[in-house]
Amino acid sequence: MTSTTYEPPAAPESDLRRSGIRLGDLLFKGIAILAALAATGLLGLIAWKVLDLAWPAIQNFGLSFIWTEAWDPVTQDFGALIFIYGTVLTSLIALVIATPLSIAIALFLTEIAPRRLAAPIATMVELLAAIPSVVLGLWGILVFGPWVRDHLEPWIQATPLGALPVFSGDPSQAGILPAALVLTIMIIPITSAICRELFIRVPQDLKDGALALGSTRWEAIRGVVFAYTAPGIAAAVLLGLGRAFGEAIAVNQTIGNRNTIPTSWFEPGDSLGSKVASEYVGATSLQQASSILYLAAILMVISLATNVVAQFIVVRFERARRAV
Amino acid sequence: MSQLAAADPYDVTVKSNGLRRRRIVEKVFGLLAIGAAIFACFILIAVLTTLVFKGASSLNLDFFTKPRPLFGEKGGIADALVGSALIVGMAMIMAIPVAVLVAIYMSEYAGPKVARSLKIVLDVLNGVPAIVVGVFVFGILVVGHGQSAVYGAFALAILMLPMVSRATQEILEVVPRSLRDASFALGVTKWRTTWNIVLPAAIGGILTGVVIAVARVAGETAPLLFTTSIAASEISGDVSHALPTLPVTIFVFSESPDPGEQAAAWAAGLVLIAFVLVMNVLAKLFAGRKRRQLEGS
Repeated sequence: MTSTTYEPPAAPESDLRRSGIRLGDLLFKGIAILAALAATGLLGLIAWKVLDLAWPAIQNFGLSFIWTEAWDPVTQDFGALIFIYGTVLTSLIALVIATPLSIAIALFLTEIAPRRLAAPIATMVELLAAIPSVVLGLWGILVFGPWVRDHLEPWIQATPLGALPVFSGDPSQAGILPAALVLTIMIIPITSAICRELFIRVPQDLKDGALALGSTRWEAIRGVVFAYTAPGIAAAVLLGLGRAFGEAIAVNQTIGNRNTIPTSWFEPGDSLGSKVASEYVGATSLQQASSILYLAAILMVISLATNVVAQFIVVRFERARRAV
Repeated sequence: MSQLAAADPYDVTVKSNGLRRRRIVEKVFGLLAIGAAIFACFILIAVLTTLVFKGASSLNLDFFTKPRPLFGEKGGIADALVGSALIVGMAMIMAIPVAVLVAIYMSEYAGPKVARSLKIVLDVLNGVPAIVVGVFVFGILVVGHGQSAVYGAFALAILMLPMVSRATQEILEVVPRSLRDASFALGVTKWRTTWNIVLPAAIGGILTGVVIAVARVAGETAPLLFTTSIAASEISGDVSHALPTLPVTIFVFSESPDPGEQAAAWAAGLVLIAFVLVMNVLAKLFAGRKRRQLEGS
């Protein structure tokens, strides 16, 4: 390779070397392209294969499967509504609690805390994200669940909120509320990490300008930081939601696994991911097996849609910022 | 900003409208933000201390060297440790080369449009629920062949791929242009420049990405349920059969009514989280090295 350019171009050895070099470049580029194609193809393959697996059930039950409230292996009655309800409800409760908390944590780390305090707290929030879901679920079912049953749920019932039907019934350690709270813990680090990245990138002179005009710190954040990062926050929230939709294990451990739509949040229910996870040992009939795959396909479509929308917002947000 | 806040802007406008209210809102906001941060730290500490209190007493030599007990007798989780190590190791071998190549393609070869689309593809792939990946691998491999540790590793590799790829691509983009130009100016070909100059400069960041991805997939349960969950509880290195793993063991024990199995779940959870924490500390070390190296160049 060295000093090839100094040799006469016609020399056969140089030609050989050059073609060898070109071959190396081509080969490397080719392998890299192949890897990129494989990664792209993989996403398509997952989507196709999961739909393909669910196809017999889709043909058999049709789209009405989605709004059918049934799961009875004995009478061979299957539908997804119970699980869609559980998935959406737990995820939305988690979202409503986690979003303000995540934004507050991100603001604390970027705007309020002195750097010496911000770094260790940021590390701890990161570590919260690193707890495996199965360990969080273990804690959820054996420690957190009983605490919710003995303290949190009776306390909610004692407040005026207790009159609401969603807070009626006997407190229980496994149900919609414990599952939603465990999901909250899981998505807080995700959403707050993304929000932190967003807030750091807000230009300091914009914030200083607001403060110089006499606004308080909170008014500067509301008027400048939020205005500047609103689409990014929306994407962060959606990514957290996508994570909550897809979580199977921790929800399975804490939601109570019952095939009914609960009226009270204290009652057990089930979610799409959780149901799929609990039937891994094998369904008793082909009908049931393909219904499980139908549930997996619904879950995939919901989370893919959430993620694609989030990515779309991110792309537009970045394009807008580049334009500025 | 802190100097500005310290100047106390409130006293300038003594009787502006709603000053009291604005002050209260400001106070409440500050307290809520601090409260939220304390809450997150508290949860982490609560989970960790529970694991230590409930798990540490079961940890002894037998726990690490003996397989899962069948009927109440004393045993450990050695079978799951071996299985998890083998499966995560195989997943690394499958995922890392492809992930790094994808990242190289994105940062060294592809145009900005293609690179941006690939980024989105990887981010969406990263958002596919782990349980769906498990069902996918079940559908293409397990159906007709039966469960095996290799298939479990393949499922984990799918989860690792986007994480390692994105981390690598981000660090490759930080490698200074001048390094590549200097190499090209010496007549070095593009692929040799990438291999000998760019990758070594980025190795700290790549290792950070790999370590974080390993920590994450080592605790994944959902993709293993469909691929390598029905396994004999004996120490085995036969990867063509289903092997017991740490997360699946914790999952099964966590839903067991038997206090002995629950204690084993706590201890196994403690082992798993210790591994995850060590990996995260390693990642921090690598990340620090990367930053120093790239700043130095």
